[in-house]
Amino acid sequence: MKSSVEVKNISFSYGKTEILNDLSLDIKEGEFMVLLGPSGCGKTTLLNCIAGLLDLTDGQIWIEDDNVTWKEPKDRHIGMVFQSYALYPSMTVEKNLSFGLRMMGTAKDLINEKIKKAANLLQINELLKRKPSQLSGGQRQRVAIGRALVRDAKVFLFDEPLSNLDAKLRAELRYEIKKLHRDLSNTMIYVTHDQIEAMTLADRISVMKDGLIQQLDTPKQIYNKPANLFVAGFIGSPSMNFLNAKFDKSNQNIIVGNKQIDISKYENINNMINDQKVVFGIRPENINIEKNENSIQCKVELVEPMGADTLVWTSIEGNPISIRLEGSSNFNLNDEINISFDINKSSIFDSKSEERI
Amino acid sequence: MSSIPSGPRPKYLTVGRIGMYCFILVCALFFLMPLYVMVITSLKDMDEIRAANILNLPKELSFYSWPKAWSQACTGFVCEGLKPGFFNSIKITVPSVIVSVGLSAINGYALAFWRFKGAYFFFGLCMFGAFIPYQVMVYPLLKIEDALGIYSTLPGIILVHTIFGMPILTLIFRNFYVSLPIDLFKAARIDGGNFIKIFLYVIIPMSAPITIVAVILQVTGIWNDFLLGLVFAGRDNQPMTVQLNNIVQVDYGVAEYNVDMSATILTSLVPLFVYFISGRWFVRGIAAGAIKG
Ligand SMILES: Nc1ncnc2c1ncn2[C@@H]1O[C@H](COP(=O)(O)OP(=O)(O)O)[C@@H](O)[C@H]1O
Ligand SMILES: [Mg+2]
Repeated sequence: MKSSVEVKNISFSYGKTEILNDLSLDIKEGEFMVLLGPSGCGKTTLLNCIAGLLDLTDGQIWIEDDNVTWKEPKDRHIGMVFQSYALYPSMTVEKNLSFGLRMMGTAKDLINEKIKKAANLLQINELLKRKPSQLSGGQRQRVAIGRALVRDAKVFLFDEPLSNLDAKLRAELRYEIKKLHRDLSNTMIYVTHDQIEAMTLADRISVMKDGLIQQLDTPKQIYNKPANLFVAGFIGSPSMNFLNAKFDKSNQNIIVGNKQIDISKYENINNMINDQKVVFGIRPENINIEKNENSIQCKVELVEPMGADTLVWTSIEGNPISIRLEGSSNFNLNDEINISFDINKSSIFDSKSEERI
Repeated sequence: MSSIPSGPRPKYLTVGRIGMYCFILVCALFFLMPLYVMVITSLKDMDEIRAANILNLPKELSFYSWPKAWSQACTGFVCEGLKPGFFNSIKITVPSVIVSVGLSAINGYALAFWRFKGAYFFFGLCMFGAFIPYQVMVYPLLKIEDALGIYSTLPGIILVHTIFGMPILTLIFRNFYVSLPIDLFKAARIDGGNFIKIFLYVIIPMSAPITIVAVILQVTGIWNDFLLGLVFAGRDNQPMTVQLNNIVQVDYGVAEYNVDMSATILTSLVPLFVYFISGRWFVRGIAAGAIKG
């Protein structure tokens, strides 16, 4: 498929502090790309570089087969939505929406037509005459999205647009953004530190840490086959369980303390060498409570009912382990349980490189 | 059932509060005393001023000193009162305020948002400019204006006031703009604004509080200025303060204290008026600029 936004080997520094170093990213036409990472990892910086709000120290940005590296933000065919909404406080909603078009000298009739369309799409018709200060957070963000819409941007950039909203509104607007993407099928680049948003919205997620892309893949792949320890720990809530272990090649086991776990079913077991130090990762939902020849006996230490699910906490050799069970399951403190792992759904990382094996 | 305490907390008149009121009252009296003397003196005739105590109320109200101060008192060789000075002051103040506030707003905006090369150096220069006593620069400026041929002219004095006002005003505007959310500026750039358009359509509409502060500072500063007006304005454009001085400093005849007092009050009316109508805004603007930056 054709590329819409190409980030080619870009670097960026604030003074002497290097934030991005030789970063490349290729975003396809119509793709919903999510940049996911903890706070301070450089997501906003990358987005601002794409928008042309920051000058690169090296590299190129291409948008729709056009080298825009030195172009002004307004000439990049982009629309941007900010976490802080950034609505012009002195203008009515209508003026906010039309500001970009007025700056371009668009004809009045056309402006009105476009505003009407955007307002309908976002259900903000009733708000057009109001000032931003008279709107709720959710309404403000709708207007901010509308402001990006009316400009007929080829690429939409979102910088944590839902972070300032409460949980209910966040879910609501998330749904709307997804619908918007379905209907408009523009390229969208969406920055967030919220993995639920990332998983639900993205065609592909690029997980970032310290200005580097850790993994770039579909939500499914990232969840099921995390490329390294950081991604494995960052994605998923409750998070993945980790056990430090040593590989025993002859028995196809890993050894945790004095317990052994049979991993003969692990897909890449042939890449492992004897005595290799590894981290064994398993998601809470891939642990079953059942007794078989490979199961490990342990004790229930804590029970967290979460409605649809119940989280049961236990431990293996002092490492806390959480198990996700049906909401209806019934366990009590100190119950003896036998647990076994879905090895083909587990992830094993090299201790040293922290890369997936 | 004992339901106390409940509801709003009762307000007691504490010792601290009484002390505070006393302090405020004393301060107010202290500052009002000269004004009181000025007003009652301006309403007495000269015989009474000579005869009675300075603090006594006038036995008989006489208003003649007011029109005399306005249009007849002698300021040197001419006896036209303060009136010409009032209009000169307006001619000096209005353009000086507009030019200095306008330019400073643009400078502050450029410093806050456009982070050009050397912005920090320029910022330091403003700090420096804002804190050197302006008397130091009077003579060099005089030479420069003389060379430019605008010494002792209206444009000459306007230029001087603009120059001296800009460093501090630029800092004030810059600090205010730094406190505005940067995302607004980013949004405006994506929406197609350039340097001037963003300033006109996005920044200026948000600048009301700080502009009011700047205008108040400049109006009072320029109106009250004596030295620069005396040196740079020239004989034809002498501001009100210089003419007031000429009335008070009589070289011959008797000093007319009632006329002096009326003239002084007349001269200070403009800044007083400005403070009264805008005091609320002034405090608000100072606070807005002071929180960050
Ligand atoms: N204006 C700035 N000046 C200096 N450093 C900055 C500035 N803005 C951000 N940074 C630094 O750049 C890094 C990346 O910031 P940012 O891109 O905002 O992270 P994110 O959006 O992922 O939370 C952080 O370490 C932050 O401290
Ligand atoms: Mg950010």
